[in-house]
Amino acid sequence: MNLAPIMEGQSIRVGRRLGQVHVRAVTLAHGGGGKAMKDLIDDVFVSAFDNAALAPLEDQARFDLADLARHGDRLAFTTDSFVVDPLFFPGGDIGTLAICGTVNDLAVGGAIPLYLSCAAIIEEGVTLELLRRVAGSMAGAAREAEVAIVTGDTKVVTKGACDKLFLTTTGIGVIPAGRHLGVDRARPGDVVLVNGLLGDHGAAILCARGDMALETPIESDCAPLSGLIEALLAAAPGVRFIRDATRGGVATVLNEIADASGVGIEIDEAATPLRDEVKGFCEILGLDPLYLANEGKIVVVAPAEEARAALAALRAHRYGGGACVIGKITDGEAGRVTMRTVFGGRRIVDMLVGEQLPRIC
Amino acid sequence: MKYVDEFRDRAKAAVLIREIEALVATIERPGGRPLHIMEVCGGHTHSIFRYGIEGMLPEAIELIHGPGCPVCVLPMGRVDDCISIAERPEVIFTTFGDAMRVPGSKKSLIQAKADGADVRMVYSPMDALALARKNPDREVVFFGLGFETTMPSTALTVLQAEAEEAHNFTVFCNHITIVPTIKAILDSPDLTLDGFLGPGHVSMVIGTAPYAFIADYYKKPMVVAGFEPLDILHSIWMVLKQIKEGRAEIENQYARIVPDEGNAAALRALSRVYELREFFEWRGLGSIDHSGVKLRDDYARFDAERKFAIPGVKIADPKACQCGEVLKGVIKPWQCKVFGSACTPETPLGALMVSSEGACAAHYQYGGVKHYVAAE
Repeated sequence: MNLAPIMEGQSIRVGRRLGQVHVRAVTLAHGGGGKAMKDLIDDVFVSAFDNAALAPLEDQARFDLADLARHGDRLAFTTDSFVVDPLFFPGGDIGTLAICGTVNDLAVGGAIPLYLSCAAIIEEGVTLELLRRVAGSMAGAAREAEVAIVTGDTKVVTKGACDKLFLTTTGIGVIPAGRHLGVDRARPGDVVLVNGLLGDHGAAILCARGDMALETPIESDCAPLSGLIEALLAAAPGVRFIRDATRGGVATVLNEIADASGVGIEIDEAATPLRDEVKGFCEILGLDPLYLANEGKIVVVAPAEEARAALAALRAHRYGGGACVIGKITDGEAGRVTMRTVFGGRRIVDMLVGEQLPRIC
Repeated sequence: MKYVDEFRDRAKAAVLIREIEALVATIERPGGRPLHIMEVCGGHTHSIFRYGIEGMLPEAIELIHGPGCPVCVLPMGRVDDCISIAERPEVIFTTFGDAMRVPGSKKSLIQAKADGADVRMVYSPMDALALARKNPDREVVFFGLGFETTMPSTALTVLQAEAEEAHNFTVFCNHITIVPTIKAILDSPDLTLDGFLGPGHVSMVIGTAPYAFIADYYKKPMVVAGFEPLDILHSIWMVLKQIKEGRAEIENQYARIVPDEGNAAALRALSRVYELREFFEWRGLGSIDHSGVKLRDDYARFDAERKFAIPGVKIADPKACQCGEVLKGVIKPWQCKVFGSACTPETPLGALMVSSEGACAAHYQYGGVKHYVAAE
């Protein structure tokens, strides 16, 4: 889909002189609403996000309804907050996460993501260098996802009132006419696909926290998936449902599908794609990779007759090279997800109760 | 993954299952009831559910999930003691991950953390000692928990703390020992056990000799088992073989890890640092003589129980809870009055619902899918 008319604002230069911050770190003064705050917003966000809708710093971004309507017949609207610790981790940072998370939440509903807002809560003492780096990551991810960050908010709070930096992004997208994806639409006989290796993000974050004293080469899979999903829906328009398997992992998404559609789901452990490092990481800590978070992985339910086309479309995309079928929808007990283990046994894959905690021995 | 996948081989499992079926068919079972084999160790319970092993076994074999989950059997009073230490402002309280959720009479460590206590998850007691080094103005307490598997690492950390003359590191010692507990289970009158899978990693430390009484006195077979699913099937087959041949011996299936004589260096560290308590309270089983250890007087300065005043109040298990009967195999988890209703993994009443190694939590999480799926 050609997004050029809506995105052309990105190439328009900001039509005024941008403020700059000349101190090393943010202080409460930068949240005070005066010149210091305006300079911070200009220096960090406006210069990085660089688009015509944001530059005038009105209290709201304004859209032409007719422009939106050219893309489809329904708006999709979503929001997400990001509080990841650490802010920077192998494979991404809070900035890439904040853009990809909201872009993906729009895209999995079949929407074409268009505009994002970004609210930042900054702890005093955070350096400008850190903020510029995060804003740069956001701009890069937004460029790749072909969305514009068109409005935002900045607050500075006293030390200890937040952990360095919290971001909230909200997004709107447009759903093309005739697209109806739904968690309640899975039918027995459908197949369940994922677009690649599972658990990388969760494992990367746990390692990056350093609590486990484990060194691994695992990187977060954080990626904007709107392009992948467009390609998938073009090749397999009958796809019933897509969801990104973030917190709670693939197991949680599968349970949500089984519950909402009133079906059983059976997955095959041997077909679940995991890299050896993630397997090893989970073995050592006693974690189940099916519950680890992903930030660039989707669970897709497709009718059996479109499985081949869906798989081919996913595999042809840079974010779907490792796509595979992991299981099927059954007419078994409604709401029940079972797994055929590598060993030949069967077990139930339930929702996670709380957080996964490493086992003692 | 090398050295892992080999022990999860579907085809080998199918062969073993056929052997087990053939063998159990030739054994005369008392009153026609299924043979009851108890896996003592929570690690085994976890593997059994994780790989769906129960559903692969013939109906004539029932696995009884024993008391070997150290997180599960921690009594509420001890959790309350933990929390009273953790809530002291000068304390950084360090613990293994899955102990965070164990309920005390008022709250768990996770809730105490939410209320402001400085509770941190560590992977090894050495990490706790490192924290003490980094925070000389704080008191770092390590929650020592587990059977002989984790006991040596706590002991070696205490010895290291002594060598470093650490002034701000203590252990809240809740280590327990498995042998008296097996004996207590064997002494219980409502018992119907036909054999045991012995704990693998405990035995790596203590060896196989301490179990001799199980065979000699109680005439029950035991096979010390590894934790991979093929290990477990193999060990079940070995127990059946003993029953069939009328033997009661302590055999070692896990010889690749467990030397019959145990680990001499670890045992030296244990006897240097710990002494037996007269008795220790277990959730679900009550007080068992000589089933816990504490730090010896020589290491009193590393003992959190002596450094901090703890309430030490004994809290009775909830009345409705039938953990003791489940532990002894008298009833199945789902036959308990409160299973899945008043007692769930979110709000565990009883010991066995607490950790994923507990029989009830494992049943709740993974379910008892009793389908025999033949491996190709």
